[in-house]
Amino acid sequence: MNSAAPLLQVNSLVKGFPARRSLAALMRGEKPRALQAVRGVSLELATGETLGLVGESGCGKSTLGRCIAGLYRPTSGSVFYRGEPLHGRETRRQSSRRVQMIFQDPYASLNPQLSVERTLAEVIRVHGLAKGRSAIADRVDELLLQVGLSPQAKSQLPHTFSGGQRQRISIARALAVEPEIIIADEPVSALDVSIQAQIVNLFIELRERLGLAYLFIAHDLNVVRHVSDRIAVMYLGQIVEVAATRELFRQPGHPYTRSLLSAIPKPDPDHRSHSVSLEGELPDPHFPPSGCNFNTRCPLVVERCRIESPELLEHSPARAVRCHRAFQVEVG
Amino acid sequence: MAPIHTQPLLSVRDLVTVFEMPGRSARGVDGVSFEVGQGEVFGLVGESGCGKTATCRSILRLFAGAPARIERGEILFGGLDLLRLDEERLSDIRGAQVAMIFQDPMTSLNPTMRIGAQIGEGLRRHQKLGRAEARRRAFELLASVGVPNPASRLDDYPHQFSGGMRQRVMIAIALACRPKLLIADEPTTALDVTIQDQILKLLLRLKNEYGMSVLIVTHDLGVVAQTCDRVAVMYAGRIAELAEARSLFRNPRHPYTRALLKSLPGLEIEGRRLAPIGGAPPDLARLPPGCRFHPRCAYAVAECRAQLPPLILVGEGHATACIRHESLP
Repeated sequence: MNSAAPLLQVNSLVKGFPARRSLAALMRGEKPRALQAVRGVSLELATGETLGLVGESGCGKSTLGRCIAGLYRPTSGSVFYRGEPLHGRETRRQSSRRVQMIFQDPYASLNPQLSVERTLAEVIRVHGLAKGRSAIADRVDELLLQVGLSPQAKSQLPHTFSGGQRQRISIARALAVEPEIIIADEPVSALDVSIQAQIVNLFIELRERLGLAYLFIAHDLNVVRHVSDRIAVMYLGQIVEVAATRELFRQPGHPYTRSLLSAIPKPDPDHRSHSVSLEGELPDPHFPPSGCNFNTRCPLVVERCRIESPELLEHSPARAVRCHRAFQVEVG
Repeated sequence: MAPIHTQPLLSVRDLVTVFEMPGRSARGVDGVSFEVGQGEVFGLVGESGCGKTATCRSILRLFAGAPARIERGEILFGGLDLLRLDEERLSDIRGAQVAMIFQDPMTSLNPTMRIGAQIGEGLRRHQKLGRAEARRRAFELLASVGVPNPASRLDDYPHQFSGGMRQRVMIAIALACRPKLLIADEPTTALDVTIQDQILKLLLRLKNEYGMSVLIVTHDLGVVAQTCDRVAVMYAGRIAELAEARSLFRNPRHPYTRALLKSLPGLEIEGRRLAPIGGAPPDLARLPPGCRFHPRCAYAVAECRAQLPPLILVGEGHATACIRHESLP
């Protein structure tokens, strides 16, 4: 184990999904058109840090999260944990003790037939984290208290809990293996705003108490802004900008980031948006546009953008932008 | 800001809509009254189960198979009580004078019918247009809602459109007969934020072009602030607060509205603890006595448990259902 290496390091990660060909396409001899959901993503996560990952549907943010968690095998690229390959030499069980994942829908990710106690006890037992019935029971109670649930409710089945409470149970299950990294994929998107705030606060509290690092994936920029130290913005499988949260909101460097920020409806009737909407829609990810992938929608597009694909260039420490016209505001 | 109009286009009075479930029933909408003025954008906002969708669906009695029954109330539209109309006469109004769009356009479009025919269907039914004329109008409508290459897309099927484009098609269908009122039930909830921005701006532009009123139902206070002239905040089947949008956001007079606004992330400095509302909304079949928000309310006193608070006028066009509104900090 290398103490100088970052907690988590992702290098040039690529994940493609082979497309099924229809019989007709097969007869015509068409090549399978693979979908590259993640196209060469590199990122780092430090101990106790929260990296927000944002982008619209189909940008590859969830696929990236699943690759890091080991739920998908990357097509190429690597994931290192403190300088050691995270998946590969270790068994799935070992690596799952380091990285845990929390999903959007706690209804679907909890076994409806297991009580909360059995759900949590099973994790503790499988990983050998406590021995003996009373030690396991104590740990279950501790986990429930940690996520703000009463241990008295532990014999209940998941359906008797509200959506927010169910998400607390999912969090308790993730915490059961004492991970250092949690990948949270849209963890509050299904919740009403008053409940969403409870769970967002819980994430912040747990980070402070347990020193967790989060990769926090969400489409809601306000939520991500609230919890993240840094934010990475994805578009068509690539990171187009990464920056410290405050910097990103103060001065977005990529025109896509700027469009995303200005599209958030502000809860203030005195500041109605009169800016022009970002044009068009996400291109078919099977056929990303040549040059810069954003050129078909970019308000700043010039000839070079259609030909030459930009690199993710560092503009200042902790700030990188993939754009030929980074930080420019108007067409010139 | 739209002025308060003398003659409202839509007037909902004391609406009660009951959901019948096996062994029990619940009032999804319990005594809701509000008015929508000519050319006004009116918002119904609240969290899941607050009755906002049930309220707007009661207007056209489109419950999508839910076991809902309107128990009492009046829904006055242009002098007509829609609740007294039989199904046949109501369907003359649906799609012609009052149109509706939904969260998920895929489930409200016919998957086996070409888009052009679906847009023209209402025109042929309500305005008795011929096939060619309906198709010409469909082309104009598709162009006006911003679908690229409208001529060639008339012959496409719904699955050939993206989510954002499908919502544009739905809007074209809704506007075909130039309705006086458009009901939009969570019209952008399923869409990405940049597409939401496009659709909201499109709706506001078309509202002005067509001179119609819009009743928008949403859970998103940002959408309300960006689009609505007036707003009703709903909680557990009732209106908690009703005001002009600016007045509601600047000077909320109901503890629930205040709590909702405080629980929004991203308004202030990062890292700030959000102020969530403790607990969860009540089960409509087992409501607490008195004010339905009192178990979660920071300002509740014994009196709040005694009776259902009525809407009290606290300013021009601003009403709150809180007996403690004068004591709020």
